Amino acid sequence: MTRGGLPFAVAGGAALIAYPWAFTSNYAINVGFLVLFAAYLGQTWNIAGGFAGQTSFGHVVFFGTGAYVSAILHVTYGVNPWLAWPFAALAGAFVGWLVGALSYRAGLKGSYFALITLAFAETGRILANSLPITRGGLGILVQADPRAANFQFRDPIWFYYVALALCGLATFVAWRLTRTRFGARLAAIRENEDAAQALGIDTFREKVKCLTLSGALCAAGGTVYVQKYLYIDPWIAFGVDKSVEMLLVGLIGGAGTVLGPLIGAGVLHLVGEVTRDLGNMLPWVTNAQPLSIIVYGAVLIAIVAWLPDGLMGLFGRRYSGERRA
Amino acid sequence: MLTPEILFAGLINGLMAGGIYVLVAVGLTLIYGVLHIINFAHGSLLMLAMYAVFFLWRKPLGLDPYIALPVVTAGAFAAGYLLYRALIGHFSHGKDENTLLITLGLSIIIDNASLFFFTGDTQTIDVPYAGHMISLGPAFVALPKIVSFVAALIVCLLLGLFMTRSDTGKAIRAVARERQGARLVGIDVERVMAISYGIGIACLGAAACLLMPTFYVSPTSGHAFVLIAFTIVVLGGMGSFKGALFGGLIIGVVESICGLWLGEQLGQIGIPLVFILILLLRPTGLFGAAR
Amino acid sequence: MLEVRDLSKSFGGLAAVDRASLDVAADEIVALIGPNGAGKTTLFACIAGFAKPDDGSVRFLGQNLTGWPPHRICAQGIARTFQVTQPFARLSVLENVMVGAYQTTPHRREAAARAEDVARRLGLGRQLDLRADALTLAGSKRLELARALATRPKLLLLDEVMAGLNPVEVEEIVGMVRAIHATGVAILLIEHVMQAVVSLARRVYVLNNGRIIADGSPAATAADPAVIEAYLGHGAAARLTHGGARA
Repeated sequence: MTRGGLPFAVAGGAALIAYPWAFTSNYAINVGFLVLFAAYLGQTWNIAGGFAGQTSFGHVVFFGTGAYVSAILHVTYGVNPWLAWPFAALAGAFVGWLVGALSYRAGLKGSYFALITLAFAETGRILANSLPITRGGLGILVQADPRAANFQFRDPIWFYYVALALCGLATFVAWRLTRTRFGARLAAIRENEDAAQALGIDTFREKVKCLTLSGALCAAGGTVYVQKYLYIDPWIAFGVDKSVEMLLVGLIGGAGTVLGPLIGAGVLHLVGEVTRDLGNMLPWVTNAQPLSIIVYGAVLIAIVAWLPDGLMGLFGRRYSGERRA
Repeated sequence: MLTPEILFAGLINGLMAGGIYVLVAVGLTLIYGVLHIINFAHGSLLMLAMYAVFFLWRKPLGLDPYIALPVVTAGAFAAGYLLYRALIGHFSHGKDENTLLITLGLSIIIDNASLFFFTGDTQTIDVPYAGHMISLGPAFVALPKIVSFVAALIVCLLLGLFMTRSDTGKAIRAVARERQGARLVGIDVERVMAISYGIGIACLGAAACLLMPTFYVSPTSGHAFVLIAFTIVVLGGMGSFKGALFGGLIIGVVESICGLWLGEQLGQIGIPLVFILILLLRPTGLFGAAR
Repeated sequence: MLEVRDLSKSFGGLAAVDRASLDVAADEIVALIGPNGAGKTTLFACIAGFAKPDDGSVRFLGQNLTGWPPHRICAQGIARTFQVTQPFARLSVLENVMVGAYQTTPHRREAAARAEDVARRLGLGRQLDLRADALTLAGSKRLELARALATRPKLLLLDEVMAGLNPVEVEEIVGMVRAIHATGVAILLIEHVMQAVVSLARRVYVLNNGRIIADGSPAATAADPAVIEAYLGHGAAARLTHGGARA
């Protein structure tokens, strides 16, 4: 976002705040939540995958960590979910640090890095599926008790605003990346790690910091998921589907851009809805859900093949650049 | 508790499964070695081949999987060749990560198309000899497992002979070693790459026939297999046949022993842990070329 | 300020650098020349931290930084350019140079101001918003220089910065290097373009087969028989002195 973008940002923000007052049906508000939540998670992926060029296939490991940490703290140890929330983020930060420190110490990049993140996510799933503390394959059910103090809301409008706030936070972080030394260094690392090192950048430390940040934010999303849907299990928490969704949201909009994930989430949701509706119209179809995911796969291929800079790339600058004067 | 007899049985069963894994891994490592593509769709394509075996086995065709092997293998080769020509070939010249993303997209499409058309039910086949147990020392092994193991190794041997003795095989190895040079001596590199991809998928066809008598198939099988395949290939070294051979057997045993030692749920952790450890400690694998 | 002593580096049994020693004083421009494959870039890599020497030492301003990683060496005040330019392709020229400027300041405005200043001094004033991969070769070389300069180095290692440039462009870069030197930056440059070596360097080291075979003024080393043999082959020195113009 350039300096001239501020009015648009304010207008956009205002529109999003006003949305649930214009479209008051529960359905519309839930759609709003879904899109903003997906944009949020995609933005956390974008911080690592887009800005720093660390394409991760297993980002769900952070989401799942956050979800389970807060679910266990709340259900097993009676901790208030609002209080558990920062701990979930902290757990995500720790996992981000761990994955980063191990992977980057070993010099993994590109496809190898993508694959090891996948393995970490899979490890998370298996652990969640086998350990007593996570209730294994049964998952964890949160007692429905819709009070604000309990981080549960009867009216979905509140979850919408939580998602909006998170999305705003993550987008703000992304925007800051375009205006700070840390972000400039991540961009340098993304473009050419050797050159970055020659210019004094401790690429290992910066990459680990990036993944720690991304992990913390992503994990915070896990808590919100648990509080809204009141249930978590190993497949939801650590399944590869969510990793792919985050990746797709980040890529479609434009990896490394500030607004990319918001656009990506909107587009992806639209595509999914349309496909599902069309699919359900076919007489023999009982469940059109897989159809929309097939389309996601096709969209992924199309983006990588023809629009590698995502939809934001259609507007010219692929990165949020410095403008003088 | 884990007595030596149980461990031995685990070892043998692991080796038997490992033999088939070798076949899966050989295809993946060939595709990487020649095309420099990390074929993320490998697991999904195996799953598809297994469904093919299932449908061939069902009435009205009633084809026994072992008898169907040549048919499925040939069909898989054709499918792989066409897939390369139609889709993958166009993207095999770009950045590594991009082809990984494209094959990821392909696996998503295949997995969900399977879910859509075949539903989420797991499918198994019943072959009359499935229950036959042969005793190998203190261990009892199901006959199909032994047959599959032997058959897998025979297919590998045939593939090895093909790669070293036939002209096409030599052309493939030339392209793997030095693409530009191969072009300069008149090898049709595009055709060789399509054939290589086809062979990689053909291996999956064969593996599918050998797996179905003792395994099941469901739309989520792709996930499980792709991680196993990648672990083997990374363990053995990307592009190395010897690596795929040893890696496959080792992983088969690791999977089996972990299952015995840690139980069915937690035992699954053996594979991703091996994968992580190899990537962190020796990413080139046992026999791979130094990066 | 730079003291390299008995540096050795082998790759799989082949000695790329063999007990090389050299010095660069704080006010000098020193050139490192030698036939292709002599080991010059490997020597640079060892000094700049991109390769770990097997033996020997690199001291800079009294600090032993042998085997340090590149970013720490940059922090000490040694900046390098690459033989094949390594721009941050999708970032603008200004953003590229800012990455260098950020080495000594955390503030964006300050980094942007310094980057713009350095870029303008190197003739990139009109291209500040251009994507780095859209530059010509000469522009790309200037960017490489500007970026390294923005880190406020005390010693600049230039790896064949003139390669691929036409004589006019070479003259321009020579002028820029001289101007940079005048601001108090010591320079060690690898070069094949003799025009540049002769105009810039007060002293020259000649590397052949990993060994330093001569050092002295450009004129003296050009006349050195060992140097002539390194470039023109065994016996060439004798042929030159006996045959005169017919060599």
